[in-house]
Amino acid sequence: MPETMLNLLWLQSGGCGGCTLSLLNAEHPHLFNHLEEAGIRLLWHPSLSQASGAEALDLLAACAEGRERLDILCVEGSVMTGPHGTGRFHMLSGTGRPMMSWVLDLAARARHVMAVGTCAAFGGITASGGNPGGAVGLQYDGEHPGGLLGQGFRAGGGLPVINVAGCPTHPGWVLDTLLALALGRFSGADLDPLHRPRFYADHLVHHGCPRNEFYEFKASAEKASDQGCMMENMGCKGTQAHADCNTRLWNGAGSCLRGGYACVSCTEPRFEEPGHPFAETPKVAGIPIGLPTDMPKAWFVALAALSKSATPRRVRENAVADHTVVTPAVKKTGLK
Amino acid sequence: MTTRILGPFNRVEGDLEVHLDIADGKVAAARVNSPLYRGFEQMLPGKAPQDALVIVPRICGICSVAQSAAAAAALRGFMGLTPPPNGLLAEHLVTACENLADHLSHFYLFFMPDFARPVYQNRAWFPAVAARFQAVSGSAANDVLPARAEFMHLMGLMAGKWPHTLSLQPGGSSRPLEHSEILRLITLLRGFRRFLERHVFGDALEVLAGLDSLAALGRWREGRAGDLVLFLSVADDLGLDRLGRAGDRFLSYGAYGLFPAGVWVGGAAALDPAAIAEDVSHAWMAGETLAPAQGLTRPLPDKAGAYTWCKAPRYGGQVVETGALARQMLAGHPLIRAWVAAKGGSVTARVLARLLELAIVVPEMERWAKALTPGEPWCHQAELPAEGVGIGLVEAARGSLGHWLAVRHGRIANYQIIAPTTWNFSPRDAGGTPGALEQALAGMEVDPGDPMPVAVQHVVRSFDPCMVCTVH
Repeated sequence: MPETMLNLLWLQSGGCGGCTLSLLNAEHPHLFNHLEEAGIRLLWHPSLSQASGAEALDLLAACAEGRERLDILCVEGSVMTGPHGTGRFHMLSGTGRPMMSWVLDLAARARHVMAVGTCAAFGGITASGGNPGGAVGLQYDGEHPGGLLGQGFRAGGGLPVINVAGCPTHPGWVLDTLLALALGRFSGADLDPLHRPRFYADHLVHHGCPRNEFYEFKASAEKASDQGCMMENMGCKGTQAHADCNTRLWNGAGSCLRGGYACVSCTEPRFEEPGHPFAETPKVAGIPIGLPTDMPKAWFVALAALSKSATPRRVRENAVADHTVVTPAVKKTGLK
Repeated sequence: MTTRILGPFNRVEGDLEVHLDIADGKVAAARVNSPLYRGFEQMLPGKAPQDALVIVPRICGICSVAQSAAAAAALRGFMGLTPPPNGLLAEHLVTACENLADHLSHFYLFFMPDFARPVYQNRAWFPAVAARFQAVSGSAANDVLPARAEFMHLMGLMAGKWPHTLSLQPGGSSRPLEHSEILRLITLLRGFRRFLERHVFGDALEVLAGLDSLAALGRWREGRAGDLVLFLSVADDLGLDRLGRAGDRFLSYGAYGLFPAGVWVGGAAALDPAAIAEDVSHAWMAGETLAPAQGLTRPLPDKAGAYTWCKAPRYGGQVVETGALARQMLAGHPLIRAWVAAKGGSVTARVLARLLELAIVVPEMERWAKALTPGEPWCHQAELPAEGVGIGLVEAARGSLGHWLAVRHGRIANYQIIAPTTWNFSPRDAGGTPGALEQALAGMEVDPGDPMPVAVQHVVRSFDPCMVCTVH
């Protein structure tokens, strides 16, 4: 264990608390052991710590005034700026002050600031539907740099806000980021253009998708519970969304795609307003508008036409069934 | 008289503030403030009806599946769908997994750590309780966090992930299971049973579920180890069975086809959803009392006399309490009925009912898992009508959750949500009647010099509040 534990302060505002609940799914080791072994002391977490009321507020004040060292500030949930920029939509209980202004004070003292979840990073689902609460991210408002802290903000350690985006976040994304910070192995080069940690954001959700054979042949699911690829009809953005969901896996062996439903690209800014129903793929002339990342449209169209014409019966029929109706052939000649 | 503002309350889901008027060492009046407003009911109108399945689970990270299930149920009614048996069983399993995991999180992570506070250091039970339940560092975390996470593998298997799945569909489940996956499911349920029997109860689940009287519970406790028994000895010593009584009127929408829906007012009566209305007299909301199907959500931050973003739902004009205690009262569990008949609702009764549900529901989950049939359908389909309404009434861990959906021209025209803690932590209504927690706190003895009376915290947490659901 390091000699000096890093102080971690966690705040929740305009979100659902789901990133914390997801964090509790951490395994081998479990959350509390993981933090301790990483040399991180949970100074205060609203769902997990003992301190309530004045005890908690004293800690917050000590951090905000620089009397307590604040190594890592994690904010979960969007910052509520409404109504009309007052922050009244979330007054931190017991303080009579908008959480917005607590976040401003604490971020100014922190060595590192982490936005945990897409709400804290970009506004997220709380900014959906006309954004009635004035929800913004810490350093982004949707895809636009700025947010509460402004584009130029740098935490004491020199980094901008680290956007551990996801709705919710995978426990590994949060814990790997914390561990890398604790080990001094996290620099600006480890952030992608949206300031997400590259270790998970330089992957696509498509990587490791077990429906890949259906994708290869464009053998598509048509309705919920079908086994086929969900890109063509069901709204799946796995070929475009940045995350390692199908190689890291959730709750043991899960992912959205493995759960039989579309990737809604929850690590991306503005995922909450896709401009089409989430579970339907928008198309022009029968071709999905959202093509796989890095794939030129002409190639995609040509490949899709070719692969559709070459789809084996097994793949075609299984794609629209909820269980395997045609099993792979057993070759009588041995495998070469 | 002094007024004290308590907050933030740690270890409740979301942010909570409680105002107490204290006179002669007792709470003269309590006012509960839910201080976060996000506006989900304003976001949903105009969207495609099935988009609710993506958006509403994200109201809450701890009741996420319950929100999913309520949205799926509302859409199901709107679309006129009936799921196939596999789909219904999958929904039972996924919702039960969340509800039971929440019961576990509540007991070990949210509720029990308060008994490890220094204020109790002279109690005989303190060393054992502090060592086991101290927040973050107590020994229970080493048992509970792995057991909970492994139980949650059910979500990885049947729902893709937790929280925020899209597997629960109006027509059933999007996630068919193969034979081998059902075997894994049965195995992980056995593992969870083993944890419960070893650490929580110190006995077989069926024995717990079968306790049918206060005397039977008393006999069962004698000489037994386990976290439930440890809690009961703390509760006896502190008189938690005389603390936190609300009105003893209970509401349950029914769960898993196992626990019936109903309302308890001195006796069980059938549920009439038409008796539900939301009063906004003390909420920062414009408007008047409306049935949720007609409900409106229009924030009015400077409204005089208001003190919370939470509306005040009432059943036939009455305050009701919801949660595991209510569910088991309506289900007629003999121990819970006997307990409330003898002593009324209380901190102890709420916690006991919650743990009892773990013992009752896990064996049912084992039965549901064995009834799943690979090769049979998991999800039925239907076209979305352009117009119509739907109601989704489900039980989250912490009580009754309702969604009221109206669709016009193929788009959501209105979407109203009444969550469990909206009921329990509602403010006063136009008649001045306080909500359930406000009633439970009134009359409590408190030290006016104590900035955060721990007994108040016990009462608050005994409801297992979810503040992010409350206002949404």
